[in-house]
Amino acid sequence: MNEMNEVRKPPVATTGIIGWLRINLFFNWTNSLITLFVIYCLYQFIPWILDWTIFSADFKYNYLGEKITNQEMCSRNLDPENGGACWAVIYVRFYQFIYGFYPKVEVWRVNIAYAMLALALLPLLYAKLPYRKYFLYFTYIFPVIAYFLLNGGLGFTEVSTNKWGGLLVTLVLGCTGIALAFPIGIMLALGRRSKLPVISMMCTLFIEFIRGVPLITLLFFGMVMLPLFLPEGIDMDGLVRVLVAVTLFQSAYMAEVIRGGLQAIPPGQYEAAKSLGMSYWRMNLLIILPQAIRISIPPIVNTSIGLFKDTTLVIIVGILDLLGIGRGTLADTNWLGLSYEIYFFVSLVFFIFTFGMSRYSLYLEKKLKTGINMGAD
Amino acid sequence: MRSNLGFFSDEKFRSIFFQTLVVGLFALGLFFVINTTSYNLEKRNIATGWSFLQNPAGFDISFSPFLEFKSTDTHLKVYFVGVLNTLLVSITGCIAATILGFILGIVRLSSNWLLSRLVYIYVEFSRNVPLLLQIILWYSILIQLPRVKQSLQVLDVFYISNRGLYSPRPIFESGFSYVSIAIVLALISSFLINRWAKKRQDKTGQQFPVFSSSIGLIFIVPLILFFIIGSPLSFEHPELKGFNFKGGLVIRPEFIAMFLALSIYTAAFISEIVRAGIMSVSKGQREASAAIGLKQTWIMRLIIIPQALRVIVPPLTSQYLNLTKNSSLGIAVGYADLVHGFGGISLNQTGQAIECMAIVMATYLSISLTISFFMNIYNRSIQFKEK
Repeated sequence: MNEMNEVRKPPVATTGIIGWLRINLFFNWTNSLITLFVIYCLYQFIPWILDWTIFSADFKYNYLGEKITNQEMCSRNLDPENGGACWAVIYVRFYQFIYGFYPKVEVWRVNIAYAMLALALLPLLYAKLPYRKYFLYFTYIFPVIAYFLLNGGLGFTEVSTNKWGGLLVTLVLGCTGIALAFPIGIMLALGRRSKLPVISMMCTLFIEFIRGVPLITLLFFGMVMLPLFLPEGIDMDGLVRVLVAVTLFQSAYMAEVIRGGLQAIPPGQYEAAKSLGMSYWRMNLLIILPQAIRISIPPIVNTSIGLFKDTTLVIIVGILDLLGIGRGTLADTNWLGLSYEIYFFVSLVFFIFTFGMSRYSLYLEKKLKTGINMGAD
Repeated sequence: MRSNLGFFSDEKFRSIFFQTLVVGLFALGLFFVINTTSYNLEKRNIATGWSFLQNPAGFDISFSPFLEFKSTDTHLKVYFVGVLNTLLVSITGCIAATILGFILGIVRLSSNWLLSRLVYIYVEFSRNVPLLLQIILWYSILIQLPRVKQSLQVLDVFYISNRGLYSPRPIFESGFSYVSIAIVLALISSFLINRWAKKRQDKTGQQFPVFSSSIGLIFIVPLILFFIIGSPLSFEHPELKGFNFKGGLVIRPEFIAMFLALSIYTAAFISEIVRAGIMSVSKGQREASAAIGLKQTWIMRLIIIPQALRVIVPPLTSQYLNLTKNSSLGIAVGYADLVHGFGGISLNQTGQAIECMAIVMATYLSISLTISFFMNIYNRSIQFKEK
């Protein structure tokens, strides 16, 4: 009776730093081994990559202190043992990467357009912006302003689109493609769900055709076949032809995403709208579409990310976007062999944009999940 | 206030009116396009028709593993080489991307924080960098490999250089067809055994060692036959002659770059799909199977994966479609696929833009539809069967 129970050890800590390490990294034997192996690999890899990209890299001057003007002056070409990346190529060609061959005297126009783009996106990205309504008016007229700013007219000297390049072309293609594809996509989605058999069939055929072929064939279509389809005298600009292809491509994908949103609307919403005597267009514009678009915003952002990445395909038909400028720089004998630096830089720029967009779509998804409750439950 | 267009508020009339209007406008547009196109073609002296397919191509294709291609062959043959190359990189890419994607998706859910973070970083990087850039990057890495003379040697039979990967080429001798027949028969019979065993297990609960018996049938039986016939298989090793290797099997860097970039890029998407699929299986399923004493690996194989597949397969299908369509980017590194060979070089040489593009688009459409068709059948077979 008075025999004491054996004193038991306290349970192992599961809180605090030690507890976190124990649960997440050293839970059992295999887990610990994996952790140690991963740490070893990182130990091998991280110092090397840091050394290459930062500590031994040239930014503007090589290790002799000279300003780098071509690849032969890069530290790693002067002394293969010691040099790291040669970022000077980005520094020297930075203008081309951002503006292409836009004339230097007119470049303020591009800068203003970039700034205005940021301003125009603000009310779209941030719903709680004060005076959002007025900002939105600006967003609607921004494409017109941007067109005259970049292309010329209305007192601005004309800058032909074959002088555009780099980030400018990437952003023009991405933004215009997404902005134009949105209304077309809505029409296609409504058309595909329409009760009129001919319209529904035509929309379905169009969507499935575009989704079944690669973008590159559509770009070839725009480049090679579109001029044949148009009457003489109408000479379409190269960038416009590519834009037509990109917009058609994106609108088919957008239509499918919006159709998904439309299908999620409970039939009660349609019935209620009809019982109030609303016409087809009023019902869709006022009741159905606002709800459908709201729930399909995250997938819309996702397809937009896809389009933004796909704009790089235009280099195949000879338009110089960011990647095109990178390839052009590499073909220059002055910068031969610096492919890793250039591709690293281009990847980084794309990564910043697309990663930002994907984070934003995650944030929206979280907000929507807590925000709405669709009648059903 | 009623509209004075009385018949216009009749729904039936309106529907017919609008549809006729749309069809009419479409036909008008089509007529206009055909008219201007034929005028433009005439002016540029481009003859329409399919006869150009029989003309000799006049160029060489560097990578044609299935068909022998000479520059005197026709454009039609360019097309077939292109289709085969597209299918080759798509199929191998899909297989590799699925395997890698499943592994990464499961690892991403690992309880090891470091490992799952590492996979997360990989996924974010390869999803957010354009595929074309990745293809070009892989290619630029591959062509910076040592020259043929200094090529890296692996296991004394593989040579890696900037001209590609050289490996021994298997030469099938006369008796080998018996071995291949044996393999096919073994595959069919193991499939039948699998069905029979499943039926018996459903009825009686008795299990049959399907896996080991299939392994025995597929590998060991043909192997024994192979030695009985007297090893009717030899290898032709690549030999360095002058500036290049002679003989052997060569895998060009264009193909390797395409294969690596496509499978690594798509695997990132597939891993996210797999992760979402596994997470969609409720926790109770795992706990219940642990409670009846199933082993960890069995829980994954018998309980979690079959349920997760229902969520995984539809988006997986669209990834396969994407990969196939993305294989058209081979043109950036000169991989002789459908778009580069037939839609690019043939088109430029013959000037038959409309015909070439129509054929290329129709081919991609039929490949896409075929993939969708088979994946839909598979999808239906794994969905919940309500009894």
